[in-house]
Amino acid sequence: MSIKTEEMVLNMGPQHPSTHGVFRLKLHVSGETITKAEPVMGYLHRGSEKLAEGFIYTQFIPYTDRLDYLNAMTNNYVYCAGVEKLLGWEIPERAEYLRVITMELNRIASHLVWWGTYLLDIGALSPFLYAFKDREIVLDRLNEISGARMTFNYMRVGGVKWDAPAGWIEKVQETVKQISESIEMFNTLVTGNEIFQSRTIGVGKLTKEQVIDWGLSGPIARASGVNIDLRKTEPYSIYDRFDFDVPVAEEGDAYARYKVRIAEIRESIKIVEQACSQIPAEGEIIHKKGARIMMIKPPAGEAYTRAEASKGEIGVYVVSNGKTKPYRVKLRRPSFVNVAILQDLLVGASIQDVVAIFGSLDVVLGEVDA
Amino acid sequence: MSQEVLDLVTEKVHSFLGEEVLAYEEPEPPEEPREEEEKPKRKKKEEPKPERPASLNFGQPMIILNTEHWSQALAEMLRDDEELQFDFLSCVTGVDYPEHMEVIYNLYSTVKDHYLYVKVKTSREEPAVASSEPVWKAGDYMEREIYDLMGIEFPGHKNQKRILLADDWEGHPLRKDYVTDKKALGLD
Repeated sequence: MSIKTEEMVLNMGPQHPSTHGVFRLKLHVSGETITKAEPVMGYLHRGSEKLAEGFIYTQFIPYTDRLDYLNAMTNNYVYCAGVEKLLGWEIPERAEYLRVITMELNRIASHLVWWGTYLLDIGALSPFLYAFKDREIVLDRLNEISGARMTFNYMRVGGVKWDAPAGWIEKVQETVKQISESIEMFNTLVTGNEIFQSRTIGVGKLTKEQVIDWGLSGPIARASGVNIDLRKTEPYSIYDRFDFDVPVAEEGDAYARYKVRIAEIRESIKIVEQACSQIPAEGEIIHKKGARIMMIKPPAGEAYTRAEASKGEIGVYVVSNGKTKPYRVKLRRPSFVNVAILQDLLVGASIQDVVAIFGSLDVVLGEVDA
Repeated sequence: MSQEVLDLVTEKVHSFLGEEVLAYEEPEPPEEPREEEEKPKRKKKEEPKPERPASLNFGQPMIILNTEHWSQALAEMLRDDEELQFDFLSCVTGVDYPEHMEVIYNLYSTVKDHYLYVKVKTSREEPAVASSEPVWKAGDYMEREIYDLMGIEFPGHKNQKRILLADDWEGHPLRKDYVTDKKALGLD
């Protein structure tokens, strides 16, 4: 007698704790091996691009906070930078430094959330508590300068909204020192752990060719040997003034992505330290026209602007027709582009690795669905 | 450097499609008003100049094509040519204008470290642009999003269906003539 077997469709999500949002994966499985994976998304779609067309330029900034809500500073920045490009404005020196410090602090916070939740996903509870404890100190600093923990609405076209409160720079220096000590502890706690390594080494391998073909960016690309970091390859803002390295790994598996992100936290700390010692003691924080929001009327034209977010390349394509409202705002969200690789990456993997692979991509659903 | 890339791209596109593509003629200067003519009180609005099909846009090369000239073969040429090697598709944007629609491909070369905007123009009535998905996989989701929100067809795409909106959604919200239901939004 022969046993009848058939391919099964396994539904994961949209309400699944490991997706950190609302995301559905339709998996075709033969035994425990995945033969086809189909991501289904859009559950959080809010029509951000359509909304942008109905607002004056400045009104859209808070909406960018809600794309990748774990890394909102870079979203703020790239939108403002896109509009500034059309306007051709010079940004005051102090504002540039404040932008870099807040963006890098936010990158640290974002990577810490990833670190904690990824380990939680693959079965380790305590790292999550350590990560959130440290992230909270970083968020305190961002709260002090912007008035919000996550949805900052801090940058403006032409600069930033608030100057640093008295003593803030010193507090930031203290904070990054604390974080860099914690990183060492995380290393002892997790990186060498045998169970962790056996769950991630060789899992979800991506080649260099796949990365470029699928347009992947950020730590995912750099963990597969694609050395692209927009802060280095096309230094925007004032990133050319800082001395930092771009961590790259060759293996392309989940463990390599882990190593790259941990190393990136260290590099961000380096940037923050340098920025804190270089920042001019006082000065303008916003272009004089930027403070008067109704004055923002970029000349007709269009441009694509990109920046390095914690998830990868975030870009905005702004089309202006010379009026007070943008004609079109296209948001290139790194998570949306990166999540497409699941169609390719999950085929041949076994069910037990789905969460380990998906988590290693560091996808934020607010950004996928826009 | 950008000017060199632009010249190179123009040359390659010419040898691929023929000289008439990306051709540009300087518009004739407006006739000098005769002196005895009364000067108009208000300054005449300047006639908009025709777009240059190959130019630098904020320092980066940009070429503008009509949809019949854009094809997978041309995309492959841009990707595979030894001197161009645009292997990374950064962003795909759709824009709806009163008279036509546009799809803009932002390309980057990880090998040569240079950029290109490729703007493809299509009609509003039957918008269609040859898909880049078979050439750059990155085009897969980005083109599906544009199809979903703007209704531009991408012939050659292996899986062209809605991605963010529900499958039974009617219309394409990012079109300028899309009627937003104000009542449902509580605005009316």
